Amino acid sequence: MKKLSARRRHPLAAVVVLLLALAATGGLYAAFAPADKAKAEESAQSLTIEEGKKLYSVGCASCHGTGGQGTTDGPSLVGVGAAAVDFQVGTGRMPAQQPGAQVPKKKNIYSQAEIDQLAAYVSSLGAGPAVPTKKQYDPSGADIGKGGELFRTNCAQCHNFTGKGGALTHGKYAPDLNGVSPKHLYEAMQTGPQNMPSFPDSTMPEKNKKDIIAYVNAVNGDDTEHPGGLELGGLGPVSEGLFGWVFGLGTLIAVAVWIAARTAKAKKS
Amino acid sequence: MSTHEETPEEHLPSEQREHGAEAVKRPENPFADPGLPPHEHRVQDIDEAAAKRSERAVAFLFALSMVATVGFIAAYVSVPQDKSIYVWPLGHISAMNFSLGMTLGIALFCIGAGAVHWARTLMSDVEIPDDRHEIGASPEVTAKVKADWVQGAKESGLGRRKLIRNTMLGALTLVPLSGVVLLRDLGPLPGTSLRHTAWKKGKLLVNMNTNEPLRPSDVVVGSLTFAKPEGLEEHDHDFQKEIAKAALMIVRLQPENIKDKRELDWSHEGIVAYSKICTHVGCPISLYEQQTHHALCPCHQSTFDLADGARVIFGPAGHALPQLRIGVNDEGYLEALGDFAEPVGPAFWERG
Repeated sequence: MKKLSARRRHPLAAVVVLLLALAATGGLYAAFAPADKAKAEESAQSLTIEEGKKLYSVGCASCHGTGGQGTTDGPSLVGVGAAAVDFQVGTGRMPAQQPGAQVPKKKNIYSQAEIDQLAAYVSSLGAGPAVPTKKQYDPSGADIGKGGELFRTNCAQCHNFTGKGGALTHGKYAPDLNGVSPKHLYEAMQTGPQNMPSFPDSTMPEKNKKDIIAYVNAVNGDDTEHPGGLELGGLGPVSEGLFGWVFGLGTLIAVAVWIAARTAKAKKS
Repeated sequence: MSTHEETPEEHLPSEQREHGAEAVKRPENPFADPGLPPHEHRVQDIDEAAAKRSERAVAFLFALSMVATVGFIAAYVSVPQDKSIYVWPLGHISAMNFSLGMTLGIALFCIGAGAVHWARTLMSDVEIPDDRHEIGASPEVTAKVKADWVQGAKESGLGRRKLIRNTMLGALTLVPLSGVVLLRDLGPLPGTSLRHTAWKKGKLLVNMNTNEPLRPSDVVVGSLTFAKPEGLEEHDHDFQKEIAKAALMIVRLQPENIKDKRELDWSHEGIVAYSKICTHVGCPISLYEQQTHHALCPCHQSTFDLADGARVIFGPAGHALPQLRIGVNDEGYLEALGDFAEPVGPAFWERG
């Protein structure tokens, strides 16, 4: 100990202390990171705001503030509504693992009951869009053709014309819509998560949203048919042209070279 | 010998000066044609059985092509149009597309492969040199052509019958005019149409989704709405032409977030209406990020700050997006308070 204190004025002492402090903070963060450890015990209790508040204090309060008022690390949750919570937590985006240009989709670690409790708590902070019922988002019987028109008018600029997603500025991006459940599609349109603008019922009525969900399911689902075969990512002429030039033309050149190079003579040279 | 002749001698190689020109041994022609290498036979040239095998292979390829063509016709007749099958690695694919493509592909490929195999193994492959002939024609041919030309010119009477000659020249001169006249289709000049859109004072902002006029309460902060001028319907014959200039994107900002004074003046309770047409080359620009208030153009990444007069913050666009001045009419609907103050879309020569 004496030896250690004797070196406390060493020029590198500050650096060592700083490194130790950083390692300790990082280690603690990794150990208690919300995405890993926030999984609360299975709760069989009825949906209550109190339960939601407890979950909130563990998983959300560090960024969104103890009362949902927001901090420099996260926006205010007053008035975002239950639909926003259901989308953000249900798709695993929240709690966020780290700050960044955009919080990515990841595995959801909350049960639906816990999400409902969180949503109940957040909507108690200020009125906002409620979680849609199945009747609202179920796309069966919706007009896929009209949905296509609406999608191309409102969504295709960022999400690509079949919902494959695309890049935005400074590392942000519009995600691929394949595999997103109808409920989450509806909630995303309703609430406008992160940098996506919202499309509230006042400008895009419920029926329009259903049509859009039906269209997305039809063109970008796991069992979407591609009559032409080999959709190459469904990104349009760039990937198709590249494939044609590289593999189509490449094969032709290789065959031509092979025909000319292979001698037909009896005595191989 | 004069000094003039001696001087270059100094610069010649020494052996030439010592032994004279005849001492240098040169081959008669250093670039002589080495001739063809000796011809080598193919297996098929020597072995009749191998030749027969090749013949059968070529015939097999041609026969396979015939079968594939019959298959193409059969597929066209029998495969239902809406049937879908799974083919690895193509995925779920239309059965008709797949069967037609495969059979026609095999039919064409086998003809080509058969022809190549035939030429390589059975047709003569003896190398034959063929010297180039003189380019110029023989004097007799030249003289004959000249005489024929003179005789033809005389027989046509072109020099004698001036009326025919002159009218023919006139006709040949006028014919290209029809092509020149068609260039009129490049016009007419746009006049002032690039400076005006379908927006005017009092026109309601109609929601593209619902075809209903918008009220300020419909547009919430963070939302994105597209609007067209009242009276412009999708079945109108000039809809595409008009919407290409009039397309509008409407967003609502917190009034305190609006940095540009004019933008604030032209907004209504934080609702701002901007042209959706990029000022670079006219792409529809509506990749709106609601937290940063930036609108990004998907074509060349021009980025506009909708909270600061839509000024260009990145990319090749040369002008801010034109803003439409809006207000609310007596019935509480959003309305335009005039046309755009400046031309929408890309710059043009006379834009100023």
